This record gives sequence, structure tokens and C-alpha cells, in this order.
Amino acid sequence: MRTPLTIRFLTSMPRSGWLALAIFALVAWVAVPMAHLMLPESSPFFVSAYTVTLMGKILCYAVVAVAMDLIWGYAGILSLGHGLFFALGGYAFGMYLMRQIGTDGSYGVNLPDFMVFLDWKELPWFWVGSDSFIWALVLVVAVPGLLAFIFGYFAFRSRIKGVYFSIITQALTYAAMLLFFRNETGFGGNNGFTDFKRILGYDITSAEMRLILFGLSAALLMFVLLLGRYLVTSKFGRVLAAIRDAESRVMFIGYQPLWYKLFIWTLSAVLCALAGALYVPQVGIINPSEMSAANSIEIAIWVAVGGRGTLIGPVIGAFIVNLAKSYFTVEFPEYWLFFLGFLFIGVTLFLPDGVVGLWRKLFHKEIGRAEDVSAPTPPPKSSPPPEPAVQSASIDAKGAAA
Amino acid sequence: MSTVLDPQAVRPEGLNAPENWEGPASDGHVVKAGELDLSHKVILYLDDISVSFDGFKALNKLNLAIDVGELRCIIGPNGAGKTTMMDVITGKTRPDSGKAFFGQTIDLTRMTEPEIAHAGIGRKFQKPTIFEHHTAFENLELAMKMDKRVWKSLFAALSDDEYDRVSSVLKQIRLDHEAERPAGLLSHGQKQWLEIGMLLMQEPRLLLLDEPVAGMTDDETERTAELFVSLAGKHSLVVVEHDMSFVEALGGMVTVLHEGSVLAEGDLATVQNDQRVIEVYLGR
Repeated sequence: MRTPLTIRFLTSMPRSGWLALAIFALVAWVAVPMAHLMLPESSPFFVSAYTVTLMGKILCYAVVAVAMDLIWGYAGILSLGHGLFFALGGYAFGMYLMRQIGTDGSYGVNLPDFMVFLDWKELPWFWVGSDSFIWALVLVVAVPGLLAFIFGYFAFRSRIKGVYFSIITQALTYAAMLLFFRNETGFGGNNGFTDFKRILGYDITSAEMRLILFGLSAALLMFVLLLGRYLVTSKFGRVLAAIRDAESRVMFIGYQPLWYKLFIWTLSAVLCALAGALYVPQVGIINPSEMSAANSIEIAIWVAVGGRGTLIGPVIGAFIVNLAKSYFTVEFPEYWLFFLGFLFIGVTLFLPDGVVGLWRKLFHKEIGRAEDVSAPTPPPKSSPPPEPAVQSASIDAKGAAA
Repeated sequence: MSTVLDPQAVRPEGLNAPENWEGPASDGHVVKAGELDLSHKVILYLDDISVSFDGFKALNKLNLAIDVGELRCIIGPNGAGKTTMMDVITGKTRPDSGKAFFGQTIDLTRMTEPEIAHAGIGRKFQKPTIFEHHTAFENLELAMKMDKRVWKSLFAALSDDEYDRVSSVLKQIRLDHEAERPAGLLSHGQKQWLEIGMLLMQEPRLLLLDEPVAGMTDDETERTAELFVSLAGKHSLVVVEHDMSFVEALGGMVTVLHEGSVLAEGDLATVQNDQRVIEVYLGR
């Protein structure tokens, strides 16, 4: 009998994982809103607007990190262009936010300020429909998705791998940055989009909107983690890992690596774009510097710091690096890049499996050793066990390894 | 270099059929795996195959016919063309001249490597290439003959039948106790068996095995011979091997290659007593 999809989805994660997720949801959806709205500012548990926005921003980064991990940790493809997909998602939603300003801009015209400044009389063709929220969501998914699909198709079909692929993605995002810097491109040039006023007619600076965006960021992160968990424990995930380890062998047993890579690559890009779309209303600005080379490299650093191929690692990495960043850039602004550089070198040299790898080494040593000892002796499984038992056993083993 | 046994004389029907079928094949119609035509009891037929690399004739008018269910050993000194022959059958190398047919209708010289693999020819290389981070069970699961497109893999779950097939192959290759171990932790011999198991999961009609017992212990070699003998009949096997005691244990027909063509063919005792074989092996 085939295990129903819902059951397989539920069993793709151990119980402790579901518990952690429930606690996270409770904090993000109940505790933080209450602490922000109801507590007086003097209370030690008060959560300031700054903190909510900062955390919301980092949650978006964490989504990007998990998306990056899906492609880097599980498929072995290092993209140095994920900042592009993030920025495109941000720009696509930013167009809608610009239209929501309406006639409240500096010039009082129903046209984005930068267009008035450029003396444009009407919206360019690609801005048509940008006043529709639904259309904005379509663009958020479709533009980065399509770009990733087309780019990925040609790159993977030509079997471009390893460092060459990384360099090409870096070049792609750099080219896009130059394009978006031009005023004539129609996306506000180097100033990008800012001065947002409303979403769906509601004030973007209100505490409620801030909490809604924060809550949505948390929801997206949970969704991405669950989706990632399902993918890496499915047969798709096993094929993907096999492609990472021995691509030609995978071809020889009849799989087409192209479509597997293309699927996870495009999915990863779309997840980045969704994070970008949630990021922009929270920070209130999007400009071409989001596509700079350093930004995309930083994404890879989050994943490396947290631990590649672990899903939860990139989330931890995104939080560690970005919390450190917001501390350093305030206290020692001139040393931040040095710190980042040393962090990356240190992690590469001493923590190849990141923080999660270190955690496992320190606290799960006994378990690992016990498994090693028991393995050579035949386990009492000589009579074939019932199917679900072994299915879940293999999933658990995967889970322990992941 | 003359041949002792002329394959044309032994299996005349093997020659005629491909001639008749050349028309459709040359029109570019590749007969699908399910349509393997074994009506003449020959599963593999090589006719006057020649391959040269920069003037060196790796294969020189090689003729070979393998029966359905046969277990055939190919021996010969280094450079006799054994590996090149495997390359021609699996589509890795294109012959300069000659014909290679799988069954009566499938022209191997016109197909790509994946097409040939899909048509039912499985090859085991000398060096085992298994997925080290996957368990033995998962290795077999990945290799199983099934719909291998992305969409199917996203929602794939093993059915009872499929689960039983993996289990029975695990038992066949004596890895049923190691099912949940990462393949990278298996011994060399076990890795070789796992790779053979992965071939079996693809339900090939013809198995090509290149030095399957190289590096194995005596005990493992013996068990491998038992495995191969048990596979013959259900599958056709072509084994390239240097280890004569292993060849003896397999007990099938032996073909001796020398300088790119067949020097002798027959059971092991016959070819071992053949004067020319002795010269080739001892006289150099």
C-alpha cells in the first residue's frame, strides 16, 4: 500500500521538529505582537518597532538562506547570483508599492516620482497592471522564476558546473545591477524605489502592518522549511543528492539531471523572490545595490556558517551573521567587512559543517558512535520487516544525517 | 588472425536477421526496450567490428554472438580489445566498420549510451561507482526501473511490489543485513555486489561485467561466482575476467580475444589446451 502523501509529509520531520516549529509560530504570531502592542515601553519584555522590523528582515534573509541551501547543500550547485532573484522579487512588489503612493508623492502626480523627474508622461509598458496587488504577486513569482528557468536551462544543458557556474551567476547579477542603475531602465535608477505609503490602502508604517509583515515573513520561513524538509526526504531529494555526488552515474541509471537541477534551481529562485517581496515593504527601500556581488556572496556565508545541507543551519547562520552585522555596523562600522571575512575563513577552516555540525560533534557524539558499533553486527532484521517500519527507519536515518 | 570457430557457421540465423532488418533501423527507428526481438535465441551479435585508435587496431573484424540466458566469459591478454568491445556494445565507442545488434532488431551502432542502457544492456565498470552517502537500500531504489522524471520522483513512494523487489535483490547480492548502512562504509567486495544489484534493479536483458572480482577476497570471489551462475538463464551475462579460477567456477563458454579478434571459443578446458591460446599467453 502506498503511504498517503499527508502521512509522508508529517513523518518527514521528527516530532521535536514539529514542536520547535509550533513554538516558533507561537512566538512570531502571538508573543511578539502582544509584546509590541500591549506592553508599556518601560517593560523589559517590550519589543520595539526597530526590533520587529530587524527580525522581520532577518526572517526574510533566513528564507533566502534556506533557498540557497536547497541548491548548494543538497544539489551541490553554488549560486553567487541569488541576490538577483531576491532583488527582482523586491522590485516586482516595489512597483506595486510605488503605485500605491498615488498622488501623495513629492510632485502630487499619479506617477512615481522618478518618472516625473525624468519627464516621462506616462507609465512604460511593463508597468501596466502594476497597481493590481494580484498582478504584483504574479510578477514576483513569474519574473525571477522565468529568468531562473531560462538561465538554468542553458547553463545545466551545457553541463556548466562548479566554480564556472558560480562565476556566471555572479556575472548575471552584476549585469542586472548595471542595467537597473540606468535611469532609462524604468526602475528608479540608483535610487530605486522608496517612500512607500500603503499596502492595499492600509498605512505601511502602522504597528499592525509591521506585525502582519513580520508574521508573514515567519510564515514564509516555516513554509520554506517544511517544503525543504519534504523535498530532501523524498525520492527527488535522494536523486538530487546522487546528482551532487556522482552526476554521470545518475545519468547512467536513467535520470536526466538537467530537469532535476532546473526544478530545484527555479524553485530556489522563486523562494528568494518571495522573501524579497516581503523584505522591501519592511525596510522601505529597494535599489540596485541589492544585486551587488557582495550581497550574493554574503548569502553563501550565512549558509556556510550555519551548516550546509541541514535546512535549519542556514536559518541559524542568517541570524548569527545579521545580528552580528547590525551590532558591528553600529559599534565598529569600519571593521564589519574584516569580521565577515575572518568569519568565513574561520568557518571554512575549522567548521566545515558550520554551527550545526559543531553542535552535532559536541552533543551527539555518543549516538553516532553507538550507531557505528551496532552497524557491522547484523541487526535483528533478517526477516523482512513490514514496509512502513523500514520506510520510516530510512527517513529517520536521513533525518539524523541531515 | 584467423578464428577457430566461425560464429557465422555456429549461428547462421544470427547473421540473416539483422540483414533483413537493416532497412527500418537505418531509417532512424529505434526499437524500444519492450520490443527486444529474441526470436532467434541470440541476444547480442557483433559482426566484423573494427575499431582503430590512431592507426592502432583495437578491434579487428571481431565476430561474437551471445545466446539468450548465456553466461559467457571473455579472456585475453592486455590490449586484446576486451574493454573496447564493451565500449562498442554500450555505445561509448563507435565502430569504424561492422554491425552490432541487440536481439534481431536493435542496431547498437546508431544509439546513444542512455538509449542502449534503457534498451536493456547494463554495464558494470571495474571501479564501483555507487552513491556513497546513500544507504544500500536507497542505492537500489534509485536504480530501480521506473518512471524517472522529476514530477514522479517528487511524489514517488515505494509500492509493496517495488519494496519486495529491492529486498529480494538485496538478498541476492547478500546485503540484506546492510540495507540501512551508507554504501560508502561497505567493504570493497560489498560495493561491487551493490553495483551489480543496481544493474539488476534496471532489469537488464544483457549484463556486461568488467573484471567483477578484481580486488575481492577468495571468499567474495566464490560468492560472486555463485551469484553469476544463479543469474544466468534469467539474464544473459558477458564477463571479462583475468582470474582463471573464477572463470572456471562460472563454467560457461569462454571466448579468447587476441589483437582485436576472436582467437578461440569453447569451454575452458578446450581453450586452455588450444595451442595458439597457450602461445599467446605464454609465448610473449
